[in-house]
Formats: sequence, C-alpha cells, structure tokens
Amino acid sequence: MSVLTLTINDIQCTGREGQTILDIIKENKISLPVLCDLKGLTPVAACRLCLVEVKGIPKLVPACTTKIQEGMVVYTDSEKLRNYRRMIVELLFAEGNHICASCVVNGYCELQNLGYMVGMESVRFDYLWQLFQIDASHPRYVMDQSKCVKCTRCIRVCDEVEGAHVWDLKGRGINVRVISGLDEPWGQVKECTQCGKCVQVCPVGALFEKTATTSEMIKDRSFLERILEGREAKIWVR
Amino acid sequence: MNVEELKDIYQKQNDVLSKYKHRILICGGASCHSLGSVSFKKIVEDVLAKYDLKDSVAVVNVGCLGLCGKGPLVKIEPEGIIYTNVSVENVADIVERHFVKRTPREDGVMRADDPFYRKQFYIVLKDFSNVDPADLNSYIAFGGYTALAKSLLEMSRQDVIEEVKKSGLRGRGGAGFPTGIKWETVSKQPSETKFVVCNGDEGDPGAFMDRSVMESMPHRLLEGMTIAAYAVGASQGFIYVRAEYPLAIERLSKAIRDARRAGLLGTNIMGTNFSFDISIRVGAGAFVCGEETALLASIEGKRGMPRQRPPFPAEKGLWGYPTLINNVETYANIYAIINNGGDWFASIGTQKSKGTKVFALAGKINNTGLVEVPMGVTIREMIYEIGGGIQGGKKFKAVQTGGPSGGCIPEKFIDLPVDYESLREVGSIMGSGGFIVMDENTCMVDVAKFFMEFCADESCGKCIPCRVGTVIMKDILQKITDGRATMRDYQNLKDLAYMVREMSLCGLGQTAPNPVLSSIMYFEEEYLAHINERRCIANVCEVKQFDVVNTYL
Ligand SMILES: Cc1cc2nc3c(=O)[nH]c(=O)nc-3n(C[C@H](O)[C@H](O)[C@H](O)COP(=O)(O)O)c2cc1C
Ligand code: SF4
Ligand code: SF4
Ligand code: SF4
Ligand code: FES
Ligand code: FES
Repeated sequence: MSVLTLTINDIQCTGREGQTILDIIKENKISLPVLCDLKGLTPVAACRLCLVEVKGIPKLVPACTTKIQEGMVVYTDSEKLRNYRRMIVELLFAEGNHICASCVVNGYCELQNLGYMVGMESVRFDYLWQLFQIDASHPRYVMDQSKCVKCTRCIRVCDEVEGAHVWDLKGRGINVRVISGLDEPWGQVKECTQCGKCVQVCPVGALFEKTATTSEMIKDRSFLERILEGREAKIWVR
Repeated sequence: MNVEELKDIYQKQNDVLSKYKHRILICGGASCHSLGSVSFKKIVEDVLAKYDLKDSVAVVNVGCLGLCGKGPLVKIEPEGIIYTNVSVENVADIVERHFVKRTPREDGVMRADDPFYRKQFYIVLKDFSNVDPADLNSYIAFGGYTALAKSLLEMSRQDVIEEVKKSGLRGRGGAGFPTGIKWETVSKQPSETKFVVCNGDEGDPGAFMDRSVMESMPHRLLEGMTIAAYAVGASQGFIYVRAEYPLAIERLSKAIRDARRAGLLGTNIMGTNFSFDISIRVGAGAFVCGEETALLASIEGKRGMPRQRPPFPAEKGLWGYPTLINNVETYANIYAIINNGGDWFASIGTQKSKGTKVFALAGKINNTGLVEVPMGVTIREMIYEIGGGIQGGKKFKAVQTGGPSGGCIPEKFIDLPVDYESLREVGSIMGSGGFIVMDENTCMVDVAKFFMEFCADESCGKCIPCRVGTVIMKDILQKITDGRATMRDYQNLKDLAYMVREMSLCGLGQTAPNPVLSSIMYFEEEYLAHINERRCIANVCEVKQFDVVNTYL
C-alpha cells in the first residue's frame, strides 16, 4: 500500500491509501469535533461536524468519509467552519430537551463536550420543546428520546457488531425517531440480547442503564476496540 | 421485430392515416383525463356514425396538448383548431357544429399558430398531439423506435456515446450534468453487471413535466433508456415512479408489455445479441427519494435516505454495481439526438445550454400548462407571449424557477435568457423546470416560508443542518410574517441559511435556503417592513400590531 503525503492546517502528515482524512487527523492529534463517527462502525457522514476545507474542492467535505489523496491540502479550523460548527451544536440543543443538570451522563456527555469544544455559550435559536417519550420497558436499560441526537450509532452497532438489528429509524425530518423492533417497547423486542452495546456507544444520555442516576453513567467502549483488534488479527471474521 | 417489420408497420399505419381527411385528437393527459376526456371518444364516434363521417374523420386519444389549465382539450387536424374547456355535455355539439353545421364554436378556441404554440420548439413533447399513448403502432407511425434501430444496427456503443457528448445534452433532473460524460463513465466501468435507472420521482410541488412524458409518450422513454443501456452495457433497467402517478404507471406498464411482445425489450432486441429489460418501481412519494442515492436505496428496498457522494452511482450504484441514473426528460431527448445527430441538437439553444427545456408554467399567468422552448428564450417571452401575460392585467413581480431548490427572479431581469448559466448568475437555478409566475399581490417572505415549510417537511432527517435548520428557519419566517420577529431573528435566519447551504449532506438541504437567500437579495425591503414596521408590503400576511418588547417566547 502506497504512502501518501498531505498537509492538514499546514502540518505535514503521511497516511496510507484508503485512509480517511479523519484517520490522519486523529493520528496526528489534531482537534476536530465529530459526533456520528465511531471507529468500527460504517461511517454515515450525518452529523456534518467534521466538515473541512480541501484546497481545489469547492464544497466542504466530511473528514470521516473522504479518502486522502497525495498532496491534499486540508484546513480544519477556519473562522467560517468554527462558526458553522457552533451553529450545528446549538441546533442540537434546540432540537432536544437537554437539561444536563438532571441527565444521567452529565459530565460524561459527548454533546456537552462538543458544546465546550466549539465554544458555545448560549443557544441563539428558539428551543423547539418537542414532546418525547421515555421507554423503560427493557429490564436493564432505558431509552429517553428527548436526548437522542439521531447519530444512529446504536442502530449500527446493534446491526453490524451484535447482529441483532433491534434499532431502526422511523419518520422523517424533525420527526425522525429511533425505534426498537417494529416500533414496539424495547422490552418486548425478542431479538435484543441485552448485550448493552447500544447503550455504551450512545454519545448522550438517550440510552442508559437502569441503575444509573444523575451524572453516574460513564460509557465504556473498550469492547469495540477488542472486537476491532480481534478482526484485524483474524481471531474471527464477520 | 426487426427493421423490416418496423418499416412495414410504419408504412401501413401511414397508409391508414392518409385515408382520413380530418383527425379529432382528444387530449388524454392526466389533467384532461381526470376532467372527463376519457369518455369523449365514444361520444364523438357516435356523432360521426350518425352523420356517416366515420370513414373520413379519425378519432384518436392522444397525449397532453400542453394547455392543461384550459382543459379538457380537443384538437382538430389539419385545421389546427383547439377547443378548450370541452366537457361531456358539449363535446357532441362542438363536433356537430364543426363538421356538420359548419358553424364552428368561436369562443374558447385556440389556434395552433397562437404565440403559445408558435414560440415553442418540440423535441421532448414532439407528436404528443399525434400519438396514442396506449398504442405501440401509433408511436411507430410517427417514427418511433427508428433511433433504437439505428443505434443497434449502425452504431457502436462508443458511437452512441460520442453522439450524445457532441449534442451537449445536460441532465434535465436539476443539476445539469453533461449526459454524455455520465454515460461514458458508466460504460468504462469494468463491471459485468450494470444498471440503467430512470428518475421519475418528480416531487417538486407543481411540476408535471416528467409525468406528462411518461403518460403521453411512454415508448419514447423506453426507447431512450434502451439506447442508454446499449451504450453503457447494462442489461436491466428500472423506472422509479411515484405512487401518486397511477396513470403514468398504467401506461408505462402497458408500454413495457407491448415492447416486450414486439421484441423491443427482452432478449435479442431487434434480432441483435443485445438484451435488456425494464421494470417499474413505485415510490411512496417522498420528495427526497428523487435524490439519486436515496432513490437507489429505495429501489434496493431500504429507507430512502441519501448518502454521501463519492462514490457516485456511476461507480457504485444499485447493489454496489455501476448505475446510470438519468431523468425522464433526459432520456426523452435521446431519440432525436440519434436520429438527427448531436450537431443538430447542439445547434439549438445557447452556448452552454443546448436543446430545449420543458417547463410547467404556473402561477398568475393566463396560459398555464406544459411548454417546451429552446434554451435561451427570455423570461419576457415566456410570460407575455407563451404565457399570454399576467392574469387580470396585473403587474409582474417575480418568477420562481427550480421549485423549492430555486430562487425568485425579480422583474428587473425580465429580459434574462432562460438557461443554466444565466439563471445561476442571478441566484436561481433551472432545476427540473418549475416556472411559477408571481404578480404584484405576492409577498416574497410568504413565498419563502411556503418553500421552507416544504423542505422542512420533506427533509429525511439524516443530517443536523437540514433536519433542525430548516425547521428553525421556517419558524423564524413564521415569526416574521406574524410580525413577531426582531432583527436578531433576521440575522439568525441569514446565518442559518448560509450554514445549511454549505453543511447539509444532500441537495435537499444544500438548496433549501435558496428561496430565502434570493428573496433577501432582491426583496430585502419586504423582510424589513415586516420586522420594523409590522407591515406586509403586498398586503398578504396578517401582521399583528403588537409590541415585541413585551412579548416573550
Ligand atoms: C432533493 C432532491 C430531489 C430530486 N428530485 C429529482 C426528481 O424528482 N427527478 C429527477 O429527475 N431528479 C431529481 N433530483 C436530481 C437527481 O439527484 C439526479 O441528479 C438526477 O436524477 C440525474 O439525472 P440527470 O443527469 O438526467 O438530470 C433530485 C435531487 C435532489 C437533491
Ligand atoms: S442491548 Fe445489544 S442487542 Fe439489545 S438493542 Fe442494544 S446492541 Fe442491540
Ligand atoms: S439513541 Fe443514542 S446512539 Fe442511538 S441515535 Fe440516539 S443518540 Fe445516537
Ligand atoms: S440534507 Fe436533508 S434530506 Fe439531505 S440527507 Fe441531510 S437531512 Fe436528509
Ligand atoms: S463525524 Fe463526519 S459527519 Fe459526523
Ligand atoms: S393534460 Fe390535456 S392539455 Fe395537458
């Protein structure tokens, strides 16, 4: 596999063919907000936070799905991008009901973290205050729609790693909902193996363990690393 | 069927046609069809039988005659007289007065030399008024399938692609990508399996160009797709039609059956070793399913949600195989390019926009309906000659082109030629061919709100800018038209518009802010009047006169 050279924010970087801009950004410890992307899951380029500028391409491109090319010149941190990213995070806060003080992941939340990262001080838009439902029918876990940012990580991990395909999307636009089974209470979905993978990959407090209360739920994704390493070492193949 | 048989049918059909002195052509387009023109044929035939005219006057159900706003229409050839607003009650009388009593009806008559028709140039819509959509032989009688025969028997795959490239044809589905280059890309893919897909989703509000092609001339689409399949090396095709178009589905299904039976689809087409078949896929009518990657996902049976490109469908399309996807109207141009040559096609239109474009004329003009004009006609010609002027003699204010993805073009650009580049320069787009004319009694903020509501409803919800951004923009526009907005809201609206345009995943989100941005560009004073003076300049919005300082939300 050939080695490619590129610059990111004027820093010289190298990578292998087939890697994405985001891979290189992570390897070089350059800071970039991401939300939908999670190593080990098929990238979907849905959150749009990782969009970067590439010289010679008129449109902004998502770092998580764009493959690197020889001589690429990437900028991740222009004034415009910072401004746009802040707006996206504000939109997420306006969309759901993110009352951090009463949230199980308060302090460990990726969305909260994104807020700090993009320098969000307040939400300039009117809150949508939508009505959501909590599903506590599962013996071990809870789903709180009001916190869901529709990153689809739960859908992908359950489908691609656990192989149970419990989750899916329903509806469209602002009414998109993550549903379990055929839109039935999670506890009634027989396919769920209760493995907890979806809970651990969820970036926010939408999926959590029943025993957790405010600020107690720390997510653990080490299993994904182990599975990935196993795959790479061909201990087993999917 | 082979070429000899094709020529044979052509000859026989034309011999029959030449026996008749007159032809009564009944519009069977969706609009006229739904207003009752289906039952005209029987009535007219009874009248002709009564006066013993059956051998000299033919009665044919044909495709859309274009002036849908005044339908149902009945056209009489060779006189070139079109009777408008015909009904089950008066059709017998009209025919009697025309042929027997020799006192033809005078009111509600349109002539074929009216500017509405004279200014048009037909390629896609050619012979809509002659061919019976349900009859393969009738299509052949007007030259149908000669282009397919020519491609298969006289041209190599590369020749076909060269001809399309030479024509300068650009995709009519919206983005205007050069068709020949797309075909070449697909043809060069090393895969054994390839697909050809026709995008007949047509979700723009008020658009019906593609529908009318599928309904009025289904074989022209099949012929174009088959030529494309030959050129790129595909053996299976799909036509994706929305479920709201039952008549299109019915006529396409019949056309496909007839073409298979005649050996124009299926194995060894026209006796060559080229094989190709087409099936119909019915969409559930989501606007976003017109976006190509969402459409392909939908054909595969998945949720119709766009994905990031690249890879483009030409490289990885249906089930991961190279897939050619073109719009209905794009395919409907192919027969003419093959028959008359790419150079002929390139001689029509402007420097960079070749050929013609079909528009659905709508809004406050006198002649609403389906028109086809050479690229480069001016907005003035569209409105005042073809469109017959503004209704009630009112003042022209703006025209919205390109549907929800497009922009509003103000009166000062009335002499702008309508082509891809010119429209883009003034902040709008050609889009799929929506052309909505607005008069002085239109509030531009209200119009922007309408389109933003549409986009918010139709967003698939995958990416954040479009899913949430369109809803917030819609809410701000509502506040403005209600008289509840502040300048801060206005600033937020503008900031969001730029962000959503640049950050969204697919074309829906990327173009959703266009109606807002273009109306701000040309009609900012209307926004400011709502906000600062609590006043709607066009007197459309019910602006409430309350004091913002004391309201909170
Ligand atoms: C939201 C959205 C809706 C679209 N709807 C249609 C449609 O209804 N019909 C169509 O032909 N193309 C539609 N397109 C464009 C297609 O993605 C694609 O560009 C087109 O089918 C390609 O064909 P062409 O090259 O012949 O234009 C849409 C694009 C977007 C982003
Ligand atoms: S607990 Fe496991 S099986 Fe159940 S929904 Fe979550 S990931 Fe799927
Ligand atoms: S529940 Fe969590 S993981 Fe699933 S889509 Fe919502 S935020 Fe993402
Ligand atoms: S831009 Fe809108 S329609 Fe397109 S992928 Fe994003 S949410 Fe879906
Ligand atoms: S991380 Fe790339 S779009 Fe979400
Ligand atoms: S449907 Fe009759 S004129 Fe268009």
